[in-house]
Amino acid sequence: MKADREKLIVIGNGMAGISTVEQILKLSGSYDITVFGSEPHPNYNRIMLSYVLEGSKTINDIILNDLNWYEDHGIKLYTDTTVARIDSETRRVITEDGASVPYDKVIIATGSNPLILPIPGCDKQGVVGFRNIEDCNQMIEAARSYHSAAVIGGGLLGLEAAKGLVSLGMQVTVVHLMEDLMERQLDHQAALMLKDELERQGIGFAMGKKTTELIGGKRVEGLRFSDGTELACDFVVMAAGIKPNTGVAKVSGIAVNRGIIVDDFMRTSMHHVYAVGECNEHRGICYGLVAPLFEQGNVLAKHICGVATQPYEGSVVSTKLKISGVDVFSAGEFIEGPMHTVIAAQNDWKHTYKKILLQDGKIAGAVLFGDVTEAAPLQKLVKEHALMTDDIYNEIMGGGCCGSSGAKKSLSVETMASEEIVCGCNGVTKQMIVEAITEQGLTTVEEIKACTGATRSCGGCKPVVEQILQYVLGDGFQTESKQGICGCTKLSRDEIVAEIRGKGLKTIREVMNVLEWSHPEGCSKCRPALNYYLGMVYPAEHEDEKASRFVNERLHANIQKDGTYTVVPRMYGGVTTPEDLKRIADVSLKYDVKVVKVTGGQRLDLIGVKKEDLPKVWEELDMPSGYAYAKSLRTVKTCVGSQFCRFGTQDSMAMGALLERKFERLDFPAKFKMAVNGCPRNCAESCTKDIGIVGNDGGWEIFVGGNGGIKPRIADSFCKVKTDQELVDICGAVIQLYRETGKYLERTSEWVERMGLEAIQAAVLEDEEQRMQLLERNNFALQQVEEPWSQVLRENATRRVMYGEVNGDAPHNKLEV
Amino acid sequence: MNKTVKYYPAGSLEDYYVQMGRAVQIEGHEIAVFRTTSGELYALDNRSPHPKGGPLAEGMVSGHFVYDPLYDWKIDLRDGFVQAPDHGEVRTHQVLIEEGTVSIGMSSGHEQGIGTSL
Ligand SMILES: Cc1cc2nc3c(=O)[nH]c(=O)nc-3n(C[C@H](O)[C@H](O)[C@H](O)COP(=O)(O)OP(=O)(O)OC[C@H]3O[C@@H](n4cnc5c(N)ncnc54)[C@H](O)[C@@H]3O)c2cc1C
Ligand code: SF4
Ligand code: FES
Repeated sequence: MKADREKLIVIGNGMAGISTVEQILKLSGSYDITVFGSEPHPNYNRIMLSYVLEGSKTINDIILNDLNWYEDHGIKLYTDTTVARIDSETRRVITEDGASVPYDKVIIATGSNPLILPIPGCDKQGVVGFRNIEDCNQMIEAARSYHSAAVIGGGLLGLEAAKGLVSLGMQVTVVHLMEDLMERQLDHQAALMLKDELERQGIGFAMGKKTTELIGGKRVEGLRFSDGTELACDFVVMAAGIKPNTGVAKVSGIAVNRGIIVDDFMRTSMHHVYAVGECNEHRGICYGLVAPLFEQGNVLAKHICGVATQPYEGSVVSTKLKISGVDVFSAGEFIEGPMHTVIAAQNDWKHTYKKILLQDGKIAGAVLFGDVTEAAPLQKLVKEHALMTDDIYNEIMGGGCCGSSGAKKSLSVETMASEEIVCGCNGVTKQMIVEAITEQGLTTVEEIKACTGATRSCGGCKPVVEQILQYVLGDGFQTESKQGICGCTKLSRDEIVAEIRGKGLKTIREVMNVLEWSHPEGCSKCRPALNYYLGMVYPAEHEDEKASRFVNERLHANIQKDGTYTVVPRMYGGVTTPEDLKRIADVSLKYDVKVVKVTGGQRLDLIGVKKEDLPKVWEELDMPSGYAYAKSLRTVKTCVGSQFCRFGTQDSMAMGALLERKFERLDFPAKFKMAVNGCPRNCAESCTKDIGIVGNDGGWEIFVGGNGGIKPRIADSFCKVKTDQELVDICGAVIQLYRETGKYLERTSEWVERMGLEAIQAAVLEDEEQRMQLLERNNFALQQVEEPWSQVLRENATRRVMYGEVNGDAPHNKLEV
Repeated sequence: MNKTVKYYPAGSLEDYYVQMGRAVQIEGHEIAVFRTTSGELYALDNRSPHPKGGPLAEGMVSGHFVYDPLYDWKIDLRDGFVQAPDHGEVRTHQVLIEEGTVSIGMSSGHEQGIGTSL
């Protein structure tokens, strides 16, 4: 039986080759498969190298098929082995080290190589491409010893490389030949907005520059451009393009143009030899993204296994840039020509941009910047060359559509073909997702991700996956999405708080018992939330339940990924003294602190303290906790202000310290940050704080709901006040309202949007009586707080059990089991 | 299948708070010991099966599960299995409580540093 199996050899152990093999395995067991790969690794998700570089993923995270997978499927894998040629006469594949293996069929999946510009100096040390794990490691290594990098090429790859290097602490300049970034995916306007945003994220640009030479000695020291100017740098990433890796095909006598020429079934000019992925050229196109290679792989697998298949007729590609805070999307045609009708909307305030191109009334392409919620439907419409209708127009361009489910239907996933690929990164079709949902009873995108891999890589397909889930579950999804605060209850935050107040529930256990939690002891989501709500409702009586606090709040220090902790002492208003600094230095030396870092909120962070040393460190610092770990007031950032600054109109340092002393230690729904500025120059950046305060000649202006994190939001102007007392009162009232109405983990940026600014203003500003009551409750809660570090130091038992070590001594008995 | 288990003393029961974990050093190995509401103690290797690792002892204990403190993976204290949608396994160890004294059993294979994941 075994001897009968046909021998299939795959050259290239990358994404195209292995995804084709996966498809073949699903269709038939009639092949004896051998895979050759030049790289020393099993197949990994090349796309995610950008995340590895940036530091948010490790190599292990991005492995797609580990060595066990090959073994389990009886596939012979030769890593670190490069194929030299295919001998069609003897029907053998010959490797560079001289081995030769017979075949019945061959799939070439050799991908592409980075295009290294053939200019003088391109072979100097310190010049790399960005294609594989080794390149990635070289870049990470370089960032340790070198300071400034140039990235040649302002396309997707170049920008992701640049962002990664910036995250690694390098100063980076992207050098681009054109005037527009990503000109192969974006139009002029979107490219401008993209550049703006990336500059804000710390990337430098040299646009319209042609690099003619790499200068320096043995190692690169800079770039020279065609206009005679130069750019100094000590590291260069070439990301100017890719070229299909056609080497094996060429020497074997297979027809090659830019890529290996294939027909609609991936057949090359040589009998029994196929090519798939970036190495091939289909109808004149060489692709550089993964979605086409999955489509090609599907067709090839079916063809090779003798299953009827439609021919491959090319792919419509779309792009997503994997840089956080930068949402761009384009599909189809995006540069307008005379034959196009253009629909465009630009919003400079929200930094969004939308453009759709129509040709003969049909949707030919689209570009989105800033807001990409419509990316999924657009991608589909472009692919189908759908006719533009009023419904589609309203849906995509209409803006504030509040649950207009009627119109949504027209774009829904209902009409999508079942074999259509939803997740381009992982080759997951609609059918695979639908089956996973129906057969395994999945109800969340997370589960679908775990089961099928969809949304696992760039995340661009998440909206469609959600729509499919919604479509398949129908009403089931509705009830599911109306679910409670976690999987343990169907109750919402408001319902729970109302029950706590109404029934006088006093402990987490009571809440769970009375309100019929499905898991008797709750989970990591509901327990901290209940602990907060109980503390908020009963500031004096509630006994904080340590076991329901996240480790950081339980131990009053931030856990790091290696299990050590950080210590941030309080420095009111960001002002310290030489004496305190000296003590911080002494303690850091004594306890071997790994890094002393100035935080974004103007405090000092001692990183890398061992758990058992925490109490000693606090004791010797003899300063209050800075609460850097807590859902509480973190910091009040201040500018210099009128004490010293020539522009200052208000004493921002003093006001900052006063506010920090007043509101510290109180529990909030989420972390809380403030800033105080001496004048409208706003040096301490009020606009990104939960409460930001800006001094003016005669008073203060208060801003609320700002955020600088994942979803940045500029704070709204709340009101202006004349006196310091009014300022402190309004802050107190806003804080209390947030504490009483905020959902656990909801930042003020979300809270303000949910409640509406006017509603908050009405409660705090217009209704004086309500303000007084809020203030009273706030003051009462503030009277209950206690400094946590000194509390631990006082309570010996806590200190011993929570921070002390237990050591197992010598074994005392032996048992045979 | 004769396996030798050595028992190492690990303090008294009061050294463990209900619904909390604690790290114990045994011959150079770090073991996380958790005390559940129902009074049992469970011992597991103090290393999360998440690819990025990190300690387990500081996780939140609910019933006979612990939520890993860094990545929130849910792990069954009884058999060390990670709950869906994540996958993995942590090595577990036996715990004896005799007259309030706790000891933790380590099988002899442990010194060879047998891996903790599948
Ligand atoms: C940093 C980065 C980010 C990316 N981001 C995205 C993205 O967001 N979206 C997207 O769609 N695409 C992205 N891509 C592109 C995507 O990774 C490629 O389209 C995809 O990997 C191509 O698959 P392939 O199998 O054709 O080639 P590869 O994955 O490159 O596989 C080819 C393999 O063949 C091996 N090989 C070559 N010659 C031989 C030989 N003679 N013998 C043996 N083995 C050989 C190579 O070493 C390689 O391992 C990105 C690429 C990079 C580098
Ligand atoms: S915000 Fe105004 S007062 Fe404060 S430092 Fe800047 S310029 Fe000076
Ligand atoms: S399309 Fe990139 S993760 Fe699905």
